Amino acid sequence: MSTQFEIRGLKSSIEGKEILKGIDLKIQGGEVHAIMGPNGTGKSTLASALMGHPKYEVTEGEVTLNGEDVLEMGVDERARAGLFLAMQYPSEITGVTNSDFLRTAINARRGEGNEISLIKFIRQMEGKMKELEMNPEFMHRYLNEGFSGGEKKRNEILQMMLLEPKLVILDEIDSGLDIDALRIVAEGVNAMRNEDRGFLIITHYQRLLNYVKPDHVHVMMQGRIVKSGGPELAERLEADGYDWVKEELGIVDETVGQA
Amino acid sequence: MSTPTTSFGREAAAAIARSKNEPAWLVAWREEAGDLAVRLELPRPEKMPLTRWTLDQYGTHRPGQQVSSVSDLPAVITALLPEQHTGALIVQHNSSVVYTGLSDELKAQGVVLTSMEEAVRTHEELLRKHFMTAYARDEHKLSAVHAALWNGGVFLYVPRNVEIEQPIQALLFVDDAEATFMPHILVIAESNSSVSFVEQVASSLGETSATLLHNSAVEVFAKAGATVRYAAVHHMDASAIDIAYRRAVLDNDSRIEWIVGDLHNGNTLTDTKSLLKGHGSTSDSKIISVGTKNQRMSLTTQAVHIGRSSESDMVTRAVMKEEATAIINGITKIEKGATKANGQQTEKVLMLSPKARGDANPILLIDEDDVKAGHAASVGQVNAEQVYYLMSRGVSRQDAERLIIHGFLDPVVSEIPLEGLREQLHRILERKLG
Repeated sequence: MSTQFEIRGLKSSIEGKEILKGIDLKIQGGEVHAIMGPNGTGKSTLASALMGHPKYEVTEGEVTLNGEDVLEMGVDERARAGLFLAMQYPSEITGVTNSDFLRTAINARRGEGNEISLIKFIRQMEGKMKELEMNPEFMHRYLNEGFSGGEKKRNEILQMMLLEPKLVILDEIDSGLDIDALRIVAEGVNAMRNEDRGFLIITHYQRLLNYVKPDHVHVMMQGRIVKSGGPELAERLEADGYDWVKEELGIVDETVGQA
Repeated sequence: MSTPTTSFGREAAAAIARSKNEPAWLVAWREEAGDLAVRLELPRPEKMPLTRWTLDQYGTHRPGQQVSSVSDLPAVITALLPEQHTGALIVQHNSSVVYTGLSDELKAQGVVLTSMEEAVRTHEELLRKHFMTAYARDEHKLSAVHAALWNGGVFLYVPRNVEIEQPIQALLFVDDAEATFMPHILVIAESNSSVSFVEQVASSLGETSATLLHNSAVEVFAKAGATVRYAAVHHMDASAIDIAYRRAVLDNDSRIEWIVGDLHNGNTLTDTKSLLKGHGSTSDSKIISVGTKNQRMSLTTQAVHIGRSSESDMVTRAVMKEEATAIINGITKIEKGATKANGQQTEKVLMLSPKARGDANPILLIDEDDVKAGHAASVGQVNAEQVYYLMSRGVSRQDAERLIIHGFLDPVVSEIPLEGLREQLHRILERKLG
C-alpha cells in the first residue's frame, strides 16, 4: 500500500503561544511537497510538532500515517512507524559513535531477535557514506560532535538513507550548505524518491528545489498555509520574493508568535 | 594482634616493620611517621568533612599466599585479570605482593618491577631518593598513616631510553576486611623512556561489619623527555574506604597521562596532582566516576605549573545516582616565572536523581601574567534535546538515556590502554549505572 500522510487542522503552541493555527496537508507516497516562507512563519514548528518535540504542544487537530494516529505516539514510536525528520540543528552527543547510534536505531526498528548483522550494517553504512561523499572516519566519530554545518546535514541524510522512512521531513536541510554539498544532499534525497515514500521539504529558498523537483509547493505565513501551487509557484517566489503573496492576501506582518 | 588497631603511634608502626624484618632505616622512618600520625590532623577536602568516616581501622598484617605462576593465583584474582595478562604483571593480595612477572627481555634492558617491600632492600638508594618526596609523610594524618603502615606496593623503574610497548599491570586485591591494605606505587621513568602502567584496585569482602581502609599513594617521576601513561580503575566493595593520593613530578619535556576510573562503591577521597617542574612538560588528566546509593566522594585534580611553556589539561566527568554526593575540585596553579604556561580544566557532572548531589569547583591560582588558563564546569541532567534527537530515530527513551550516560564517560573509557581492562570497565559501568 502506498503511503498516505494526512494533517488535519493542526494547531500547536510553544510555552502557551500559538504558532500553528490550523494546518491541513495531504501527502501521498511518491509526492514531494515543499513548504516555503519567510523566517518566523511557523515552518520549523510544523516539523517539530509532527515529530513530537516535547516543547511543542499540539492543541488541536489530527495527524495520521497510513491511518495510524501519529499524535498518540511517542517520539520513538513515530520514528518506528516511518516518520523521519532531518533536523535543522542536530544534537551533538559525546561518547556515542555515529555507527553505534545508527545500528541501535536500525535495530530499534527491526525489533528484538531480528537485529542486523554487524557485517551487513557496516557494508550498508559504508556504501551510503560513499554516495554522500563522506569521509569513512565519520563512522567512528562521536555523533555530530565537531562536525561542520555541512557534515551535520550530510549525516542527517545518511540516517534517512539507512532508516528508510515512509515520510521524510527535511527542515532547512539546505541552510549552510555550499553548492557541492547541496548537490550531494539533493542526490541523496532523489535516490530515496519512490512511490512508497512521501517528502515534506521545508526551505526558504528555491535553490534546493532546482535539484529536488517538488510536485506541490505551499507558502506558509502566520502559522497557516496561505497559498498552494505547483513547481511554478516556487519559481515565482524565487524571482519576485514574498511581497506579492502578502499583498494578494492582505497580510502586513507574515510572522507568528514573535515577541 | 587479632583485633584491628584503632589507635597506634610510634611503637605500633615500629613493631609491624620489625615483624616484617625491614631494614633499620625504614623501621626508624616508620616510627617517625607513627609520631606524625598521632600529631597531625586529617586533611580537609572542600565541602567534605571526613570526621564521620571510619578512618581509624588500620587492620592487621595479613600477607597473601605467594605464588610463582599466574595459574596458581586464587581464582577470585585471576577472574579480575584481563584476558591478555601475558605482559608484565604484579599482584598484591591483602597485605603483601604475591606474584611478580616480568619478561627476561625487559629485565635485560634494566627494567625493574618488584614490590616496594623488596625494593627497600634491592634498590635502597634509588627508592629513598624518590619515595614519599612528592607525597610527604607530614602533609596530613592520612599521609603519615600511609607512611607508617604501607605494605606490598609496586616499584617500577624504567631506565633511560627504554620504551615499553605493552602496558605493565598491577592488581591490588583484598578479600580480608581485617587486613592492612595500604599499597604504595612508585614509578621512576628515566630520561626519554616511555611506559604505560595500568593499576586495578578490587576487593571481595563479602558480608562484613568491618571497614576496610585502602589508604594508598602513587608517586610518578618522569625525568626529562619521559612519557608515563598511568591508568587506574578502582572498584572495591561499599564497606571499604578508598583513599588515593596520586602525584606526578615532571622534568623538562616529560609527560604524564592520568586515565582514572574512580568507580569505587564506598566513600572515596582521591587527589590526582601533577607537578610540572620542567620546561615544556605536559600533563593530561582524565577522571571518571559514578556515585551510587549514599556514597560520599571527594575527587580532586591539580596541576601546578613551575616550568615555562608547561601545559596541563584536566577533565573530570561524574555521573551521580540515588543519594550519592560528589565534590569535584579542579585546581590549576601557575607559579611566577612559568611563562607561556597553559592550564585548562573541565568538570562535568551528570545528575540522575533529585537526591544526588554534585558540586564542581574550578579554581585557578595564577601568579604569572604571560599564561593561558581556562576552566569550564557544568552540573546538569540528561539533556532533553539529545534524548529527543535519539528518540526521533526510533531509539526508546530508556536506550537513548543509556547511550547518553555511557557516552558521557566514554572519552575516558576509550583511553584505557588495555583492551581487556576496557571491557572490564564497561562491565563495571554497566553494573553501577544499571
